[in-house]
Amino acid sequence: MPLAVELQRVGFAYPGAPPVLRDVDLAVEPGEFVAIAGPNGGGKTTLLRIALGLEQAQTGSALLFGEPAARFGGRSGIGYLAQRSDLGIESPVTVREVVAAGRVSRRGVFGPLRRGDRAHVERMIERVGLADRSGAPISTLSGGQRQRAFIAKALAADPQLLVLDEPTAGVDVDAQESLASLLDRLHRELGVTILFVSHEFGAVERFVERLVLVRGGVVFDGDPVALPATWHDPSHVHP
Amino acid sequence: MSILSADFMRLAFATGAIVGVLAPAVGFFLVQRRMSLIGDGIGHVAFAGVAAGYLLGVSPVATALVASVGGAVAIEALRSRRRAAGDQALALLFYTGIAAGVVMVSAAGALNANLFAFLFGSILTITGGDLLLVAILGLVGLALVAVLYRALVAVALDEEAARVSGIPVGPLNVVLAALAGVTIALSMRIVGILLIAALMVLPVIAAGRVAWSVRSTMLLAIGIGVVSVFAGLTLAYYADLAPGGAIVLVAAAAFAVASVPAALRSPRRGRSGA
Repeated sequence: MPLAVELQRVGFAYPGAPPVLRDVDLAVEPGEFVAIAGPNGGGKTTLLRIALGLEQAQTGSALLFGEPAARFGGRSGIGYLAQRSDLGIESPVTVREVVAAGRVSRRGVFGPLRRGDRAHVERMIERVGLADRSGAPISTLSGGQRQRAFIAKALAADPQLLVLDEPTAGVDVDAQESLASLLDRLHRELGVTILFVSHEFGAVERFVERLVLVRGGVVFDGDPVALPATWHDPSHVHP
Repeated sequence: MSILSADFMRLAFATGAIVGVLAPAVGFFLVQRRMSLIGDGIGHVAFAGVAAGYLLGVSPVATALVASVGGAVAIEALRSRRRAAGDQALALLFYTGIAAGVVMVSAAGALNANLFAFLFGSILTITGGDLLLVAILGLVGLALVAVLYRALVAVALDEEAARVSGIPVGPLNVVLAALAGVTIALSMRIVGILLIAALMVLPVIAAGRVAWSVRSTMLLAIGIGVVSVFAGLTLAYYADLAPGGAIVLVAAAAFAVASVPAALRSPRRGRSGA
């Protein structure tokens, strides 16, 4: 079975700026729960965008499930939560409508969702603990509840790979713990590969199987337990 | 005499009913994507199309249709390929369109009342042929919106997530731009080129003030659009006004009324807590 994500000697620089990433190697097995952490500006979001085929690496290669990431044909199997909690929409929007939007990639762009799709959407809402808020406008939810709704949206397409970019940003500590527990449960129940990207990883540290620290390159890759104590501080200057 | 006893008013109401539904239905997605002013840009290109019709001696509606769809797709192409920022792409087309229109209209010697009917709308100039064109293309446009509704909402909610999960964002954006172009070309007889964008936007933002979901916003916006067109045409008939202005002022009044509940709910300004 091919690797879920495979980066080989990836290098990237934005125009007129010094390199963000140099010679990055990363291999994620299907079913792994991996946290990618590092300081802001360290290159973790760029790494993620290259892995998803949203940016083209200037050197090296990026594969998704064995295919070049930019031309990956199984995109409906990727659930993605982008690095911001606000939606691109001006209108009021309910939790159910947000989650249903996540089902479109699996269902196809034409026509309404079928009964089975709608039932699936309700199950995903229930799975993240928002069954009693499914008809509520998302603007009335707390930050943590909103992120749960976005996770349900990402899950609605039955993804093989769930990618979460800074899902705990702007969320209080209790909600961070709660989100981390939810992700751990989803990982165990669904067996989905999870890439959790965050500038801090405290909330998920005890759940993830593997921690990858990115600061221009991969400076640590292994079990979080093996991480030197001083490195838990994201501002720590690694050698 | 009843307002509906005149043939031209029956034509105006029939055309207006379709325009009143189509304009907010398409405008809904433009507003959600913070592209409210794109309709103005396309309207100016449609003006160049009308002028080209006069210059070439062919139907101004047909040339406006070609120009506005082409202009809308060009704006989307510039925006998506990042050749120009969204507002710069709009400005480029906006000014080029109006300049080309003015040059062609003056070259054709067509600075007359017919041209003003296109600019500000007219209830006297709608023909049976206009109604047929509006009915056919309007229904096709509405059918496309209905069929693509879920996908268009998904792109509006989060374009990047939609792209990552394989939704064809580029083609959907082109379809939306083309729909905006068609809507503007079809609506210019009733509302006028200079005001059609308002009928695409004002009902949607009015509906957003009182709605509770995407679906309710869309349906309320269509309702406000139809009521605005009917009320505006009635006002235009009895007060001898340009229908475009009357329709848009009714839609603006709807926005003011819809804003009242939110204004009453918000805390009074200037009061400091103890």
